Amino acid sequence: MTENTNTNQLTDYHKQKNKEEMKRNVISFALMIVSTIIAFAIVASGVMDRIFAVFLLFILATVQVAFQFFYFMHMKEKGHALPAVMIIGGTWAAFLTVFGLVAAVWW
Amino acid sequence: MNHDQLLNPKSLPHSPEKATLEGKNKFLGLWFFLGGETVLFASLFGTFIALRNSTAGGPSSEELFGLELVFIMTVLLLTSSLTSVYAMYHMRNHDFKKMQLWLGITGLLGLSFLGLEIYEFTHYITEYGFTFRSSAFGSAFYTLVGFHGGHVTFGIAWLIVIMIRNARRGLNLYNAPKFNTFSLYWHYIDVVWVFVFTVVYLMGKVG
Repeated sequence: MTENTNTNQLTDYHKQKNKEEMKRNVISFALMIVSTIIAFAIVASGVMDRIFAVFLLFILATVQVAFQFFYFMHMKEKGHALPAVMIIGGTWAAFLTVFGLVAAVWW
Repeated sequence: MNHDQLLNPKSLPHSPEKATLEGKNKFLGLWFFLGGETVLFASLFGTFIALRNSTAGGPSSEELFGLELVFIMTVLLLTSSLTSVYAMYHMRNHDFKKMQLWLGITGLLGLSFLGLEIYEFTHYITEYGFTFRSSAFGSAFYTLVGFHGGHVTFGIAWLIVIMIRNARRGLNLYNAPKFNTFSLYWHYIDVVWVFVFTVVYLMGKVG
């Protein structure tokens, strides 16, 4: 191993980095499960005001999706400028679509 | 060096999924596709939110939905997202067997999710007579949730094909990008499901 100077070789450094990355992913999975349980508990208990409950549900969903994108799909890493453009652009179009359809029915 | 040797080096680089130009292109192409998918699902979500109270005298979402089943489905899909992260972790460590094992677990979790969804739909149809044609709510519900289920079905078929096709090849620079694109797609399906359970089931129960 010591005389191998091939930069392509999987080094202990990379193995260690992969391990730390996996640990962060398991932690984000735990947080995702927790936010799912909170969301279901809000609805199942029915103690919350309707408007407030819906508002909170959307915040929990957004947080969970952010973990999914940034950790599970690695968007926090370098070289993800174009993926970010795609997803942010898609989300903007999605917002306009949902807003347009809901507003059209409202009036 | 010929083409085959280029794709099967003695030692793989530390990110085999993005070491080739084709790998980089597959990665970008999938993200382009996911941007389009976001817009596609947005139109289905918008339609559903607009029509979710148009029950035409049929069953409403409060009467239909049971939170227990949806919670189990959510946990299954969320866990399958984590197992595909494990598969990609083993891919980056060049452990082909463990990658295949975790991909297999991902597929099984996806299949059990799909089984529960089919059970849910048959339950609505046989117990409540709630079908695609019952009301505008029914059409919007089956289109949105069914489209997501269709994506899960496609994902499982995709997974089975790449697992069998590459079973004897082992991990190389040719197939590493394929496993990586599948895993990104699978995470995205879970992202869509987060909004499905929030908008359709939880908001349906809140009223």
